[in-house]
Amino acid sequence: MSVHKSRPHDSGPLHVTGEARYTDDLATPVGTLHLAFGMAPVAHGVLKSLDLAPVRAMPGVRLVLGPDDFAQMPDVSPSPAPEPLLCTGTVQFHGQPLFIVAADTHLQARHAARAAGIEIDELPPILTIDDALAAKRFLEEPLEWEKGAPDAALTIAPHRVQGRIEVGGQEHFYLEGQAAMAVPGDGDEMVVHASTQHPSEIQHKVAHALHVPFAEVSVQVRRMGGGFGGKESQGNALAISCALVARKTGRAVKMRYDRDDDMMITGKRHEIRIDYDVGFDDQGRIAGVLFDHYVRCGWSADLSLPVADRAMLHADNAYNLPTARIRSTRLLTNTCSNTAFRGFGGPQGVVGIERVIDHIAAELNLDPLDVRRANFYAAGAVGQTTPYGMQIEDNVINELVQELSDTSDYTKRRAEIADYNARSPVLKRGLALTPVKFGISFTLTQLNQAGALVHIYTDGSIRLNHGGTEMGQGLFTKVASVAADVFGVDSAQVKITATDTTKVPNTSATAASSGSDLNGMAVQAACKTVRARMADYLCNATVLWHARDADGHDLLDRDGKPDRREHSFNCAPADLIFNGDMVSDGTNTIPFWAAAQACYAARISLSSTGYYATPKLEWDRLKRSGPRRPFFYFAYGAAVTEVAVDTLTGENRILRTDILHDCGRSLNPALDIGQIEGAYVQGAGWLTMEELVWTPAGRGNLGGALSTHAPSTYKIPGCSDRPKTFNVALFQNENVEDTIHKSKAVGEPPFMLGISALMALQDAVRAAGSDVMLDAPATPERLLNAIETANGAGW
Amino acid sequence: MSNKMHIKMNVNGKDEEFLAEPRELLIYTLRERLNITGPHIGCDTSHCGACTVTIDGKSVKACTMFVAQASGSSVTTIEGIGTPDSLHPLQEAFKEHHGLQCGYCTPGMITRATKLLEENPNPTEEDIRFGMAGNICRCTGYQNIVKSIQAAAVEMSSAKEAAE
Repeated sequence: MSVHKSRPHDSGPLHVTGEARYTDDLATPVGTLHLAFGMAPVAHGVLKSLDLAPVRAMPGVRLVLGPDDFAQMPDVSPSPAPEPLLCTGTVQFHGQPLFIVAADTHLQARHAARAAGIEIDELPPILTIDDALAAKRFLEEPLEWEKGAPDAALTIAPHRVQGRIEVGGQEHFYLEGQAAMAVPGDGDEMVVHASTQHPSEIQHKVAHALHVPFAEVSVQVRRMGGGFGGKESQGNALAISCALVARKTGRAVKMRYDRDDDMMITGKRHEIRIDYDVGFDDQGRIAGVLFDHYVRCGWSADLSLPVADRAMLHADNAYNLPTARIRSTRLLTNTCSNTAFRGFGGPQGVVGIERVIDHIAAELNLDPLDVRRANFYAAGAVGQTTPYGMQIEDNVINELVQELSDTSDYTKRRAEIADYNARSPVLKRGLALTPVKFGISFTLTQLNQAGALVHIYTDGSIRLNHGGTEMGQGLFTKVASVAADVFGVDSAQVKITATDTTKVPNTSATAASSGSDLNGMAVQAACKTVRARMADYLCNATVLWHARDADGHDLLDRDGKPDRREHSFNCAPADLIFNGDMVSDGTNTIPFWAAAQACYAARISLSSTGYYATPKLEWDRLKRSGPRRPFFYFAYGAAVTEVAVDTLTGENRILRTDILHDCGRSLNPALDIGQIEGAYVQGAGWLTMEELVWTPAGRGNLGGALSTHAPSTYKIPGCSDRPKTFNVALFQNENVEDTIHKSKAVGEPPFMLGISALMALQDAVRAAGSDVMLDAPATPERLLNAIETANGAGW
Repeated sequence: MSNKMHIKMNVNGKDEEFLAEPRELLIYTLRERLNITGPHIGCDTSHCGACTVTIDGKSVKACTMFVAQASGSSVTTIEGIGTPDSLHPLQEAFKEHHGLQCGYCTPGMITRATKLLEENPNPTEEDIRFGMAGNICRCTGYQNIVKSIQAAAVEMSSAKEAAE
């Protein structure tokens, strides 16, 4: 078995020597041009004139394309609502691309992009959720789902509280910025290398911009230097621009956003405001809850509708809400267009209910963990449904939380921390355990499909291709282990190749944590097809093959002729064993490569496609009639975080984190634990330190520039921010659904474990005597303000 | 603009000599002039550490150093630390202990870690946290990066003891 083992990342040897190639590392053809966007210097206004003559006169500039150079402005949108590549009339956000500069070098293009004469009649920008509500700038009508009769339940509930939490957005900060290169081919052909999670969408968008059929465009991705959702749609503009200039000039064209440009132009995690109103009993059991989500989408649709939908779908997290109403208002602002980011709205929904639980616990003076337990979906119960209406059939949250609570010594530490806080006037500690239940599948049903292509060569080596992309998550390693398992060979014998739209067509984005679920199944199907063909032949013929030495040269017999071997297998094809690089019926055994060689000689096809479509899904975002199953299954987990806060400065540290997470039967425990650790730190970063700040109006400008557009001002977790003690374990479980080797998806679910860090800070703030409920990110400034507010000295 | 300067430097043991604008950034010299693409461009502003190289024994972020400043010096990049056939203990450790995911930060991480272990061959966990503070990773949460450096430190110390 090559699955369920901790194999290192397949690209590890290349990463540690610097030989792994990213888009920006590819050797460029002679004469390659480099692009930069000229960007809008204000957040909102009418573009009166754009003088590009000074740009054309800059050193090294070969071509400049402005809005007037297009009969029809290319569309970069991932959704049905169009999004123009360049501003056409009204500037919608600070940094919006206005024109494209092509120059001999990257820096020449960037210098020249600053030289345009731009006249804009500035308008006051809509920046905040309040601005957008006041101006009634809605992306669509608010969406509302109801379960039971929440208003009646609230009226009769023994207790009722209302509150609000504001949760900021998040910059992806993939270490490798957006990059693309287009190389023109014969006729209308265009080859695009892109750092993208969605090669098929790049293909479609480029073909559309060039007015050629999809078949003329091929998109290749070997790897990304991180994606996190930020490369699902945000690479479209670069790839289209490169292809347009490549078509016009006949040259190869490359574009890489400088980090500042990347942070200003590309969308981020959606900022959200959640208003809540909850009724509950003396034990904290929720009778009914109303949620109002206000989602800041930025200036265009991008993926905001499904993101906001997923926030609604996760408004229950792991809790059985007997009655609920969830309303979601999607707001347009003059800021970058917010996009996919690990969890895709789910984390925002989960933060909402976790805050509600903390608020209930504060109101009743209970340990929040007790309130959480009182509200979990019951173990083994049937008929429990989410507010959307999906049946809960695979719930493990009760036993998982019990185990984590035991292994992390929650109860004992809770008492120790209370004792510590009683003795410590300045430093206060906080502790919190939060769960996650995360739905796995794309909500849009058609995206839940995948294809694969597998070739066996006559030396027994295997070449594998599928629609998923590698961004560091180890997808290729996992999928190769699935293929190796079918043929009973070592994973090293499976050659993993770049994602390529010419090999597997019509792919879905590698997103929604679905990469190994979908592509693993498609690869397994392809491999099983080839193996069945091989077995059918091998068990029904006298198998002839030539012995070879270790270098693959034919061995010769005494007469100097190839050493011919013959075997007959005495078993049914389905019983033929592929294991240990050998094929065997239990008695006769030949090497796998010999089997491949014999099949080739007998004219048996050694290549196949494979296909998978996730079963059981039923989705209607308007929640009309019919079965409701947006997700194939749920992944579960929980984290306990302990923090210390300096009440004089608000500075804080994560002292210890314990995580227990459900990956089903993990395909690769080492890779899955790596995903969990990284996701937790990224999630904690979102809620505790990563703060996006747009300039307010003032001093002669109307505001709206992102002032945190570099790592100097936007703080992501560093090496010293990770928990001092960090224990991560996998929950012993297997997927009740028929997934690839009974595993579960892991990319997004553990991101929400970071919520325990926010709730632990909340606990510490309470220990400092403040009942202020925190907004996120809970920066030192916010913590200090919360603590000082209790002293009457907040600001 | 085109006042070119005569630059000489040793890169990964090889003498290089060329004319360059003095303000050319070292990272561009390495990546575009010398085709050494292991050091990556992450943030362009010396905060992320993806471009970390060693210059005359010191860790330097190549995205904010002019080639003129590096003239006459000896530069080591990840390519000069080991090869796939002959990995440095740190490279071996990052590979085996899952100290990488997307790998984009890895060359800078390892290059910085080689200096950290020279400065402090037996670092504590705390020493590693602060010694690596200038290198950002967005994927791993640092857990396995710290483990990899600890494992390499042990390996290198025992190899050194064996040699003595």
